[in-house]
Amino acid sequence: MVNPMPDNQSHPDMSAGAGQAELPIKVQARDVCVSYSGKQALNHVSIDVPDRSVTAFIGPSGCGKSTFLRCLNRMNDTIEGAKVVGSLKIDGLEVNDKSVDPVVLRANVGMVFQKPNPFPKSIYDNVAYGPRIHGLALSKDELDAIVEDSLKKAGLWDEVADRLNHPGTGLSGGQQQRLVIARAIAVNPEVILMDEPCSALDPIATAKIEELIDELRENYCIIIVTHSMQQAARVSQQTAFFHMGNLVEYGTTEEIFTNPRDPRTQDYITGRFG
Amino acid sequence: MALSKTAHIVTAYGEELDQLNDELARMGGLVETQLTAAINAIVRRDAGVAGEVRQREKQVNAMHVDIEKRVLRLFALRQPLATDLRMTISALKISTDLERVGDLAKNIAYRAKDLSAYPALGLMDRVERLGAIVIQQLHEVLDALSSLDVEPAIRVWRADDEVDERYNALVREMLISMGEDSSLVEPGVHILFVAKNLERIGDHATNIAEALHFMVTAAPLEADTPPAS
Amino acid sequence: MTDTADIPKLRQAISDHLPRRYRAEMRFRVAGLSAVGLAVAILVLLVGSIVMQAIPAFTVNQLVLPVRLESDLVDPQGDGSEASLRRGSYGRVLQEAVREQFPGVRDRRQLRTLFTLYTALNSTRLMDEVLADPGLVGETHTFRMPIADDLDLYLKGRLVQDRTLETAGRLTVAEAGRDFELTSSAADFEGLRDTVSNLLRAEAASLDTRAEQARNRAEGQTGEDREDSLYEAGRLSADADALRAEAELESGWVELSDTLPSILVETGETHLRLTALSADGRSARAESLLGDETGSELADWSLYVIDTPEARRRVSDQLIVWTRALVDRGLVSLDFNTALFANADSREPELAGVKGALFGSILTMLITLTLSVPVGVFTALYLEEYAPKNRFTDLIEVNINNLAAVPSIVFGLLGLAVFINSFGLPRSAPLVGGLVLSLMTLPTVIIATRAALKAVPVSIRQAALAVGASKTQTVFHHVLPLAAPGILTGSIIGLAQAMGETAPLLMIGMVAFIADAPTLGLEGLTQPATVMPVQVFLWSDGAERAFEARTAAAILVLLALMIGFNALAIYLRRRFERRW
Repeated sequence: MVNPMPDNQSHPDMSAGAGQAELPIKVQARDVCVSYSGKQALNHVSIDVPDRSVTAFIGPSGCGKSTFLRCLNRMNDTIEGAKVVGSLKIDGLEVNDKSVDPVVLRANVGMVFQKPNPFPKSIYDNVAYGPRIHGLALSKDELDAIVEDSLKKAGLWDEVADRLNHPGTGLSGGQQQRLVIARAIAVNPEVILMDEPCSALDPIATAKIEELIDELRENYCIIIVTHSMQQAARVSQQTAFFHMGNLVEYGTTEEIFTNPRDPRTQDYITGRFG
Repeated sequence: MALSKTAHIVTAYGEELDQLNDELARMGGLVETQLTAAINAIVRRDAGVAGEVRQREKQVNAMHVDIEKRVLRLFALRQPLATDLRMTISALKISTDLERVGDLAKNIAYRAKDLSAYPALGLMDRVERLGAIVIQQLHEVLDALSSLDVEPAIRVWRADDEVDERYNALVREMLISMGEDSSLVEPGVHILFVAKNLERIGDHATNIAEALHFMVTAAPLEADTPPAS
Repeated sequence: MTDTADIPKLRQAISDHLPRRYRAEMRFRVAGLSAVGLAVAILVLLVGSIVMQAIPAFTVNQLVLPVRLESDLVDPQGDGSEASLRRGSYGRVLQEAVREQFPGVRDRRQLRTLFTLYTALNSTRLMDEVLADPGLVGETHTFRMPIADDLDLYLKGRLVQDRTLETAGRLTVAEAGRDFELTSSAADFEGLRDTVSNLLRAEAASLDTRAEQARNRAEGQTGEDREDSLYEAGRLSADADALRAEAELESGWVELSDTLPSILVETGETHLRLTALSADGRSARAESLLGDETGSELADWSLYVIDTPEARRRVSDQLIVWTRALVDRGLVSLDFNTALFANADSREPELAGVKGALFGSILTMLITLTLSVPVGVFTALYLEEYAPKNRFTDLIEVNINNLAAVPSIVFGLLGLAVFINSFGLPRSAPLVGGLVLSLMTLPTVIIATRAALKAVPVSIRQAALAVGASKTQTVFHHVLPLAAPGILTGSIIGLAQAMGETAPLLMIGMVAFIADAPTLGLEGLTQPATVMPVQVFLWSDGAERAFEARTAAAILVLLALMIGFNALAIYLRRRFERRW
């Protein structure tokens, strides 16, 4: 189902299928190519990601899934020698446009990383940092409300309400990751990118994060990169399989995991990679 | 398993899937033998197959349990996905069908003993014909299973209509015969049961064909499914 | 794969190897421990020896003299004004005060010796005291001043070898012309007589050896050389014979010269120096050094022997006698040496202190701190966080690393050429010193800061960027606070290094004798000053023996300063250190 020649302009599988047709398209990519210091990392990726759902990117290491994720909030800008071409629109707005300030973009596109990375500050300050630098709260009360709301959305409020001024780094790994999600939510993003958010967590913490992701789906467009096929199957509605910088297959999660059409996807998810 | 050309990275996983497949093929073979033996017994009015049939029936049941166990184990430990998932699920369904076929064949064989007490019936060649078709159906679908070929499976699925027609004709004629000659009622009922069982076996063969079709193509076998040619 | 049969063999091989591995581990541990032990021992030895040397410098023997501030001497214009007081002859006042203690001293030469009990520079301090309290004029004031450095050392027992002998008999002192005849009822002088005889014999023996050597030399020589050698041998032999005659007391007396130990007899206020000892061991001839009392059958007398001959020491018997008399009168007190910290440098060890160098160091370090830390930190920040990676920045990086390895004297040359010659800044000033040391410290600060910045995990930067912080916000809110402990440590190490530098200061005139401490303030920055390590260097070169102890004391002060700096670094690191 994937065209063998990446420069071919026809992309048969840009949308995940008829089942998601009623959801509006949030992220639209057309022929996105990324190279690091001349080395091609992503070849002509075109994809439509619907809003209010979870889309999982799977694929072997170095397949370009994280690279693509980093295009969405222009984190590639921070990497020396990274070059992004092609059209990438969020809500119809070109992300790579000169007029788009990456700072504004990143407030709109939150990101959660592989290793929980809370700031070495208090739990409160961790969540309040984003609203503070963006000037989202006019008073202390407003800020308190944002912090409480974000922590509640991240399912962490009950666990930390009585120790908001304790250091965020003192929490357990799973709590830290939820704190980081709360920090991302606090600036009111529309898209949340997650780069292997559970790879450093135990199964119970992972389950909590997955539950959280499922709840957040109601309000956000979530894109998650994961190495765990089971996780992709559990949390996502759409799954995209990347291989060697190409988007090989994109479809509903059910279809990808029961009847992948491309033999590469087939081999990858059944553990036959060659 | 030939659904994928490449081997599993985890060798043991691949081996388990292969073993499941082999076990299913062995079970199919055994059930086929059972059915052939049962029909032969009916046709030859052989009353002495019961012991042999009971022995095989036990084997078939044990195989069914074994396949169930293997499937359970694969789900718990390997979490099969895509083709492996469909294969495992289908294996479970097919083994259940085969077990039912085994049961029905056993019942036919037991009828042979009862029938041998009556004089030979003129309709026996019709029964023999029906049996031959059903054996052919089962054989073809099992062949298709071992070669993972959808085409014969679709053929088998379509050919089930013929089995049904022949069964209906047999029932009609039998009822007419029984109406004309009341002495035929007792053996006729036995014959009807045998025919009914053969018809059921034909249905199981189509079930297996459907499972095989889903396993290979991930799509259900429906009336509008085009012939795989 | 290994055959199963091989497995026991393998196990055996592994266990055969074990003892060797344990031994190797043990050897390594022992080696490590002994290295640590050696390092500690050397450190203890070093610090211990410095402390031992420095101890005498922390105390000082002070003369506590009643000083009559006669108004005609102190206030020549008689109006009590400051100008008048400044013109007073305070030197005369001090001289009068000392003469009062020893009224018997009249001879000019003797008086000059008497006034070496102290340093004339002390009169300045006396003037300062009078200026501070003009009411003292006409009064008798108790003035404390440090005794001359050599006498201070003598009192601390570090200058000469001396001993006091027990006496058994009663002493009769009789005048004999200008000298005195001493007779003891017991053989109190016998031991001394033998000591002196033995010294003379030993001297004669060494002369004999030299005569022998000269004769041997003559054998291989001809003509004039031979005659010279023979003549020398003859002279040496004659000298030896004379000494032996003296030692054998052929005349009944043995004369004491300044190459022999000094023997002093002390009776009350009278101090007599023996000039000859008689053969009988009971009587001696003596001359007076202080007082001239005679008497018979005195029971209260003592023999004080200075084994170091007068010719081989820096203080004469006369000065020692005066000092001992002052001690007896309670006019000398051993005090803490406040001058060491309150005074700037001086030619006179007893007045020299580290204050000037300390202030100079503080001022210099202030300049270095305010220049090198901000400039270094911001340079590193820019290079690490903002600068594009290209050939130009690579070149800058290489040059910074090279700069850290440039010999420090080169920076001194640069300072001389740029700051003094081109900019016309004053020589010897802490301002210039600080500028030069800043240049020297900058590479260290930059390198340490860059290392600290590099150590901040990428995840923290990503976290900040991902919530929409700008580059600058990321750096100042997160990266810099996390790098702060490293930056502080690096900067303080750099500053400590700069504080111990002398070479670059050589070129800009800070290695110099500067008698006034700079003021601690803005104006102090341009006043001539020196720094602690320079002070150590200057004192270690001082001719007076008292400087030896003061050098060690200055080293201790410098070490204490360094330890203080490092303690501050550790404290700050602990304070700012955060885990992530």
